[in-house]
Amino acid sequence: MADTQLLLGLSFVLFALGLVGVMVRRNALVMLMCMELMLNAVILALVTFSLETATLSGAVLVFLIFVVAAAEIAIAIPIVLLLSRQRSSLDVEGYDRLQG
Amino acid sequence: MEQTLLIIVGAPLVASIIAGLLGKQIGRAVTHSLTTASIAVACALSVQVLLGLLDGAPVFDGPVYTWLVSDGIRMEVGFLVDRLSALMMVVVTFISLMVHIYTIGYMRDDPGYTRFFSYISLFTFAMLMLVMSNNLMQLFFGWEAVGVVSYLLIGFWYTKPTAIFANMKAFLVNRVGDFGFLLGIAGLVHLTGSLHYSEIFAQAGTIAGSTFELIPGHAWQAATVICIALFIGAMGKSAQMPLHVWLPDSMEGPTPISALIHAATMVTAGIFMVARMSPLFELSETALSFVLVIGATTALFMGFLGIVNNDIKRVVAYSTLSQLGYMTADLGVSAYAGSIFHLMTHAFFKALLFLAAGSVIIAMHHEQDMRKMGGLRKYMPITYATALIGSLALIGFPGFAGFFSKDAVIEAVHASHLPGATYAYWCLLIGVFVTAFYSFRLVFMTFHGEERMDHHTREHLHESPWVVTLPLILLAIPSVVIGWPGIGPLLFGDYFQGAIVVAPAHDVLGHLGREYHGPAAFVLHGFTGPAVWLAAAGVLAAWFLYLKRPALAAVLRERAGGLYTLLENKYYFDWFNEKVIAAGSRKLGMALWKGGDVAVIDGVAVNGSARLVAWVAQTARGLQSGYLYHYAFATIIGLSVLLAWLLWRS
Repeated sequence: MADTQLLLGLSFVLFALGLVGVMVRRNALVMLMCMELMLNAVILALVTFSLETATLSGAVLVFLIFVVAAAEIAIAIPIVLLLSRQRSSLDVEGYDRLQG
Repeated sequence: MEQTLLIIVGAPLVASIIAGLLGKQIGRAVTHSLTTASIAVACALSVQVLLGLLDGAPVFDGPVYTWLVSDGIRMEVGFLVDRLSALMMVVVTFISLMVHIYTIGYMRDDPGYTRFFSYISLFTFAMLMLVMSNNLMQLFFGWEAVGVVSYLLIGFWYTKPTAIFANMKAFLVNRVGDFGFLLGIAGLVHLTGSLHYSEIFAQAGTIAGSTFELIPGHAWQAATVICIALFIGAMGKSAQMPLHVWLPDSMEGPTPISALIHAATMVTAGIFMVARMSPLFELSETALSFVLVIGATTALFMGFLGIVNNDIKRVVAYSTLSQLGYMTADLGVSAYAGSIFHLMTHAFFKALLFLAAGSVIIAMHHEQDMRKMGGLRKYMPITYATALIGSLALIGFPGFAGFFSKDAVIEAVHASHLPGATYAYWCLLIGVFVTAFYSFRLVFMTFHGEERMDHHTREHLHESPWVVTLPLILLAIPSVVIGWPGIGPLLFGDYFQGAIVVAPAHDVLGHLGREYHGPAAFVLHGFTGPAVWLAAAGVLAAWFLYLKRPALAAVLRERAGGLYTLLENKYYFDWFNEKVIAAGSRKLGMALWKGGDVAVIDGVAVNGSARLVAWVAQTARGLQSGYLYHYAFATIIGLSVLLAWLLWRS
């Protein structure tokens, strides 16, 4: 029981870290890493619930999230790479060409 | 029977199409032979049909072709040939035949020769469809078709601006009448669910019992509303005040069509229609009174205009208006048979007068001003003799055709007790004097007195060719004699039995018939009435003013300055139409264009929606800051709200 609470607490802390990171940091790479952190927090929560309820569906969902995360990174990293080549900076403040 | 009727209407149509489409290829001689022959066939067959009916052949009433059936209302081409339509068919085809022959001479030098023949044959077809119809839809078709041909023929010389103006005017004024006519037809279809005369008349009782509430709270008798609406149509076509304004201007067209369309046949369509609808008009005394007053007013006041006009054709045109007024007034007192009788005699002598005027116009090299004529008697003896016969018939010289019909009209109105009959009687009686005055003013100014034309014209004066004088002579014969055999059966006999219905309370002709002892006695009786003496006074007055003391006319004109100006301006009807109705319509159109089209439709609807889209986009683009963390923030907020909503809902 204590393990479950501990694990869920860790998951919450990780998610909060990721969320705050996305919102306050201006480095595109760091923002991406924070997003991964939030995904991992969710994965941790799913695995914990899976253990707690002794069902497999949570664990199965984890694989799905891995796939999504891998796909996301595979697209996001090249975007960030191209952007940083154009601007020679990773600061998202500079990326305002989408302004309407 | 059906075959015969199809040939009667079909022959002029086929001839018209051939003349119209192939006129240039087949040449002038073939065109006029073909069209004239087709009318001659129609005329001969019409006479045969009439004689058959007189011998007791059954009335033909049946469809020949069903166009469509919609909601139980059958729209058909069908013929009703009873004695009324047979008489009209004979009159129409006979006058048309005369005009075809006359045209060969009159239009000889015109470049539109074949086109003209095509039009007048087409007109004959349309007019026959109108009179032979057994249902309102075909009647309306004929009604509009004769209107179209009239439009085409008034504007026949389409390079002349006045002709174009006149044909537009005729068309527009007739639209007003046709609107009323259509409303009348719609009312009948609404009440009876049928377009066929026989079915409508069979339900006369239903119509008499129905009311319309046009203004809420005021129930009007359906028969009154329908009859007045139908009569408004007749007012347009038969040129009754105040829709008469187009007829004098229609004289811009060539003279043969003035004789055929604007004197003898088309303008009498309104009279014919009311006579045909007699079972309905008998239901409403209000409508009859309306008809009577309009007719009598037209008869007198249009006659006055004939006095001041100097254009030979326009004088005859005003005389036509006045005579149509006589027929209409006679309809008003339920003497439908008298109207049709006057229609027939009028068709002969008025066509004759127009054709005689045309003959004068040819001789004068298309000069129509009577002030430049005079003394033509010795140059054109045949034209003079026939014009004189026509004028005598028109003024009602005892024994001539016009005498019988016009005297019967006046007597019938005198015998009526309808509201307005006394007014109408005096209008018509004074009208006799006026008619005689302007008719003989025309004869004296044109054929008598000093020769006022220029030297060049005088040298070339000669009688017209035989194709022109032959129709004049052939029309002069019925103008003299048709009254003698006609009056007995048509007015006081049972000729129109079954075709025209008169309620016993309105039967003025039956009342007159009790004192009728043959045509000779009728002529003698005429001398005891005022009409003959008034006509004689009119002739004398014209003789005194225009032959004996020509200077006096000018003095009178000076004295009666205001009255003369009023007449000269035709009671300001044209002025009113142009300044108030036409200008008002233009202003209304302008206001609707500026206010409705430019401001509302273009401004609000079209440009307004474009502006709205632009404004929304302008506002919404502010959301697109371009900063990644703004989007991320929006995503998170959105996600939180969605989650909160999901939790709150469950």
